[in-house]
Amino acid sequence: MALAAVGAAFFIVPLLGLIVRSPWHDAVAALTAPETVEALKLSLVASLSATGVGLILGVPLAWVYARVEFPGRDLLRALTTLPMVLPPVVGGIALLLAFGRRGLLGSWLDSTFGITLPFTTAGVVMAETFVAMPFLILTVEAGLRSMDRRYEEAARTLGASRWRVFTRVTLPLIGPSLFAGAVLCWARALGEFGATITFAGNFPGVTQTMPLAVYLLLETNQEASFILSLVLLLISLLVLVGLRHRWLGSA
Amino acid sequence: MPSRVSLLSVAAAFLTACGSSGATASTSPSPTPLSGPISALAAASLTDSFNALGTAFKAANPAVTVKFSFAGTPTLVTQIEQGAPADVFASADTANMDKLKGDGFTTGTSQVFARNKLTIVVAPGNPKGISGLADLAKPGVIYITEGPMVPAGKYALQALAMAGVKVTPKSLETDVKSVVSKIELGEADAGIVYTTDVKAAGSKVQGVPIPDAYNVIATYPIVAVKAGTNSAVANAFIAYVLSAAGQSTLQSFGFLSAS
Amino acid sequence: MSLEASIRLTLGPLDLDMELTIGEGEVVALLGPNGAGKTTLLRALAGLVPVSSGHVSLDGHVLEDAATGQYVPTERRPIGFVFQDYLLFPHLSVQDNVAFGLRSRGMPRGAATEKAIQWLDRVGLKSYSRAKPGELSGGQRQRVALARALAPDPRLLLLDEPLAALDVTTRAEVRRDLKRHLASFHGIRLVVTHDPLEAVALADRLIVMEQGHLVQTGMPAEVTERPRSPYVADLVGVNLLKGEADHGSVRMPGGQVIAAAGAESGEVFAVIHPRAIAIHRSHPEGSPRNVWRGRASNIELMGNRVRVRIDGEVPLVAEVTPSALKELELVEGGEVWLSFKATDVGVYPA
Repeated sequence: MALAAVGAAFFIVPLLGLIVRSPWHDAVAALTAPETVEALKLSLVASLSATGVGLILGVPLAWVYARVEFPGRDLLRALTTLPMVLPPVVGGIALLLAFGRRGLLGSWLDSTFGITLPFTTAGVVMAETFVAMPFLILTVEAGLRSMDRRYEEAARTLGASRWRVFTRVTLPLIGPSLFAGAVLCWARALGEFGATITFAGNFPGVTQTMPLAVYLLLETNQEASFILSLVLLLISLLVLVGLRHRWLGSA
Repeated sequence: MPSRVSLLSVAAAFLTACGSSGATASTSPSPTPLSGPISALAAASLTDSFNALGTAFKAANPAVTVKFSFAGTPTLVTQIEQGAPADVFASADTANMDKLKGDGFTTGTSQVFARNKLTIVVAPGNPKGISGLADLAKPGVIYITEGPMVPAGKYALQALAMAGVKVTPKSLETDVKSVVSKIELGEADAGIVYTTDVKAAGSKVQGVPIPDAYNVIATYPIVAVKAGTNSAVANAFIAYVLSAAGQSTLQSFGFLSAS
Repeated sequence: MSLEASIRLTLGPLDLDMELTIGEGEVVALLGPNGAGKTTLLRALAGLVPVSSGHVSLDGHVLEDAATGQYVPTERRPIGFVFQDYLLFPHLSVQDNVAFGLRSRGMPRGAATEKAIQWLDRVGLKSYSRAKPGELSGGQRQRVALARALAPDPRLLLLDEPLAALDVTTRAEVRRDLKRHLASFHGIRLVVTHDPLEAVALADRLIVMEQGHLVQTGMPAEVTERPRSPYVADLVGVNLLKGEADHGSVRMPGGQVIAAAGAESGEVFAVIHPRAIAIHRSHPEGSPRNVWRGRASNIELMGNRVRVRIDGEVPLVAEVTPSALKELELVEGGEVWLSFKATDVGVYPA
């Protein structure tokens, strides 16, 4: 019991620290300052976009992992899940080497279309997608594996094409997993720092997301950084509480 | 504050410890041999030079260890004020030093140990043909710089203002080394850093000088941190940095002399 | 217009090798013990399991041919499938479930819903149109599953144990309804079941399957009167023996000879109803030609009859009244003699 209490304290005390040390009287000013609002807007736009990309690319991947047997599947799955355990900065470096101006693909993009991804909001979305999508893939894959596939067979006997089976039967049946995966992806994307600052850089309104703003505010306006940290922490808490049933038991 | 006598004796002991090859280290023993670890927090632009100074200091004082932590100066100030273990602080400007002093985290007086000048940094071969500050605003040039709270970033803004150049950077990095990295990687075309940073990066980057009329001289003060645990070694290290040997090392890395 | 299939495939421990032909107007029940491969056969006909050799053709159209590699995917086969657990889509309303097959084939939403409601009306569930499947009882869900399968007008209707998921009390009523609906459907109907009562009640013809192979096929009466496997004999509740007939007797593989009035020659089955077997505590005198010694290994009271399993040279099950049992003072393990008349032995070619 004592160990459990220590464990709990390990997580609760920092939260309490933030709540206690935050200057509440300055909270409104800190939250409505133009830089904050800009960072908040950018964070929301980027994280929601990253979630969107995550859904579009991640759901098909999850489907392939759950339904299609092919040699090397486990390896591929490990590779696409790697960003989950990779230090984010390493992820950022990897992105630079691939999509930077001299990167494998980036140089081609630059010379052919004149498109550069670092220092752009698109770059932020990419960095966030890179680190957050694995969460979505894993959750959706688990949902697909645990659903009763006979419903898909039933749909086929009723004449539904494979696409129709997927959209009208499979997706609705894995709804809870889909939702949880998307929320996890969004929360992770919202909090991403290392990959963002390494790959996309830092500029207010373009690439300076909330976590970056907090980091920089720590040097200039500490109290404001506390308030913003609290905001991010509360969002994370809401996500966890909202999804608690998934952690504790079946979907 | 070490007395002038002991300062000189320590300085003499390390006079030939670095720099010219073939010199043997003379070991006139000091009254109490220095030992123990210290932690020195120094501005990012001091990375290579301070690593060299640390090596030499340790060579002469084998029982001592110096651990360095390099980052943008404002970051270091925050860390010290939040309680990071530190014995020595070397800042890239006086403003940050004054803040730390004003907040009561230093002991003794700070002393300027080096100065630096700004330069434009570009990729080897200068592919975008940057010839001066005005070219930073050329379309198609990706210009990055340090954040405004970082000394180099502040100075860069001053330089640009003096030259009458209006340019929006694509990113505000946390220290000079990040800017140099991105130029090296080819992600950005140009940045403003110190001449010492360009020298430290060797052939991986190229410098485009900024005329003195627009340039800013950065002064680097060093001080002992109040909460430090090994003031003897801390002060000895500071003395070494200020010594002729230390100064000579710093200048070999491109820093201007302290006065 | 018929279903013609010759299917050979292996799925895990099951080796399936079946041929069947079902004509229009026939309701065929596929009967067999669990593990016989009945469901697998159904799934193969639906295209959910590929055949390793053989072919399936419906109304002359080839749905699958292992030799040529032809394969019409499930969704393009004109079939209706009623699954054992119905598998109604839980996220759709009852009417959307029934309309699913119509919508999948391109019918516009309005028309599909209308037709779905018509079907629900036919199965008596119109008032539940907007309910979710979870709100319905087992019997109601079965009817929705049937309506869903029939709405797109399939040519072949496959039902997998349609009553198995229901409790005993509902089963009889639903069976009657199902028979009625099957009768009004004009395509080919194949029902899989392990319940002989269900098979006999619903079907015009039985196909008995065991371990992936065909064992017997015929009209229900024929199958039950002349079982050709211990499984069917068990279902029907008669004793089945096999042997070589020789003018009035049947010689079994173990050497035992049974007097059987109709035995001529060749390999035959011999059927003796338990009722026809008499139990004695000592060697009986009298006309019965078949007298055998044995030991009562199992005595089971079944309503107003008692079934006694007797082990011995010719193991059989006899049926007597409870009072007779008492009179005999028979207990399990007790030594007995059994007898039955040669004229009570039904004999037919194997």
